[in-house]
Amino acid sequence: MKKDQFILGVIVSNHFGVLTRVSGLFARRGYNIDSLNVGETEDPGLSRMTIIVSGDDYIKDQTVKQLAKLQDVKRVELIPEEKASVREMLLIKVRVTRETRSEVTEAVNIFRAKVIDFNADAVTIEVTGHTSKLDAFVEFARTFGIIEMCRAGALAISRGSTAL
Amino acid sequence: MILTGARIIVEVLIEQGCDTVFGYPGGFVLNIYDELYKNRNRINHIITAHEQGAAHAADGYARASGNVGVVMATSGPGVTNLVTGIATAYLDSTPLVAITGNVPLNMLGKDSFQEVDSTGITMPITKHNYIVKDVRDLADIIREAFQIAKSGRPGPVLIDVPKDVQLAECEYTAGKIIEKRKTVEPDATLLELAAKYISEAERPYIYSGGGVVISDTGEEIANLAELIDAPIGFSMMGLSAVPGNNPRNLGMTGMHGRYASTKANSEADLIIAVGVRFSDRATGNKTRYTKNAKIIHIDIDPAEIDKNISAYIGITGDIKLTLKHLISMLVPAKHSEWQKEVKAYLEEERSYYPKENRLTPKTLIERINSFCDDDTVIATDVGQHQMWAAQYCAFNKPRRFLTSGGLGTMGFGMGAAIGGCIAAGKKKAVLLTGDGSFGMNLTEMATAVKNRLPLIVVIFNNGVLGMVRQWQTLFYDRRYSETTLERSTDFVKLAEAFGAEGYRAENIGELDGILEKAFAADTPVIIDCVIDKDENVFPMIPPNGSIENIIVK
Repeated sequence: MKKDQFILGVIVSNHFGVLTRVSGLFARRGYNIDSLNVGETEDPGLSRMTIIVSGDDYIKDQTVKQLAKLQDVKRVELIPEEKASVREMLLIKVRVTRETRSEVTEAVNIFRAKVIDFNADAVTIEVTGHTSKLDAFVEFARTFGIIEMCRAGALAISRGSTAL
Repeated sequence: MILTGARIIVEVLIEQGCDTVFGYPGGFVLNIYDELYKNRNRINHIITAHEQGAAHAADGYARASGNVGVVMATSGPGVTNLVTGIATAYLDSTPLVAITGNVPLNMLGKDSFQEVDSTGITMPITKHNYIVKDVRDLADIIREAFQIAKSGRPGPVLIDVPKDVQLAECEYTAGKIIEKRKTVEPDATLLELAAKYISEAERPYIYSGGGVVISDTGEEIANLAELIDAPIGFSMMGLSAVPGNNPRNLGMTGMHGRYASTKANSEADLIIAVGVRFSDRATGNKTRYTKNAKIIHIDIDPAEIDKNISAYIGITGDIKLTLKHLISMLVPAKHSEWQKEVKAYLEEERSYYPKENRLTPKTLIERINSFCDDDTVIATDVGQHQMWAAQYCAFNKPRRFLTSGGLGTMGFGMGAAIGGCIAAGKKKAVLLTGDGSFGMNLTEMATAVKNRLPLIVVIFNNGVLGMVRQWQTLFYDRRYSETTLERSTDFVKLAEAFGAEGYRAENIGELDGILEKAFAADTPVIIDCVIDKDENVFPMIPPNGSIENIIVK
């Protein structure tokens, strides 16, 4: 992660409109969302968001406090990267030829990625891991030609036995 | 008991202690209005001339009474007309519940007649909002809305109820008035630290804001000032918390604050800021603001701590409780050198006041003060007259000064005065307004007349948009772009047309007689007071300036 980025873990009510409330708060207060991921939790009434934000200490402080004021936000915490497991997923379609195919598949092994679709002129690869690993893979793939790619925002969960 | 959604709305409003609803009927609230009609001996409804007026009236009602204000409007334009009123309440932390109708559920999202995304539009200007999709959720949503509106830092909540949800039926069980949510205890270590810094201070200054009025903590502020021998300055929202005749009360501080208050604020070595949010209009240039002072910031909203000004110590908690703890930790102190300085600032301030015995804004307000009692509700609009009111009104009692601080809403005053007057038991109320502001929502004179409210509308009539003109004079080389109104509105005839009394005062001699008649009347009165268009509001600290840049006259 970049130097001024921080990770927020946010537990929210699982009903319509919550994503708009959260993203709207960022938009109107001028905070930058680098990625936002939302999904269900073990409790069907709650969803969990992992939000990666860029900003200084002032923005970090205000983001947490302002989010906590939303009625639908049940808990919000900064998750220090060094105390968390951070994972992101990348699906990437890379152009290949008869000559380059083996080089690409070799890289897939080195990156502990997976080929999930295989064609004569393209392979689609699934990579999971830390953001920096995905960045490295994208750089590698660039030399062969990226047909298309999509990344899910990062997920973060603290190490140890405690919960948000 | 099985009731319709519309009836449940009325039942829960009554259950939550609402005695008056301000609003305007329309196609998608017909069923709720039908229930208001059937229950008209249990709950009042005040119809305004415009939904915006209803929102401001509910806001004024809430500010004057301390209770949650309730406003109702139909879908589409009904909702959009509420928006300014809701935003005004949001910026000034007024507890408000807005109930709006909407098209039936299966018509939502189809650009149906009078359909707008009510919750989408009001999301950034409410503490929370709801669209009710199941009648079984309705009663608890309204209860929760009241709770959110009045808990912690108060604010508006909107509930959008599609028409078929109003028609649908379900079991209803009566409930009780919902309690406010509990607030966090102030941190003991921080309190101790605050007490230590207060005891070390030589030039303490108390900066008291709207939160003090909301939490009814004016007395504690006055006690604290007495205990530590400190002067008290106010944000505009905080003005009525401590009586104006308290010798420690220096009045408003900030861009158009009184000289001594602003000067003492900037010369202090410690500022106890209570229930304020350090608006840019109060601080001016933030890097130069009170640069020699330690700031102890106390507020119920944790997000206000370090938002606009970085506090030396920031304490989150209920203001009343926090001050109680803090006072118990302090010993009496004396700061005679500091008090001497403050006295000198006050003397300097007096030397800047205009002395002429003519119809100036100051003489006008002082004459009005002499007719008011402690209970008189004073509302204002926005602009020069508002600043003069903030500088010269007497402020005898909390919740008797209704003004749009955060949003600065021209047109706020008429609705707010109506709501405030009704909250105060239809006793005498005064609206101080300008010819510009009054022009925005003067149709609410119809509402005041219909309800026989003893409301005196005093127009500071200078024929210009005075505050904007003042900026044009000072910062735009006198290019008076669109601020010279040159209207030929006859406010006396206008008053008569609405069924009110109208007077015009062109000089100080005429004023007293007119005020006597106006304060004796039991119907609305308009007094058109002619003032000079080049009267400016001083002192003034230019935007982003500091005390070094103050213009005193």
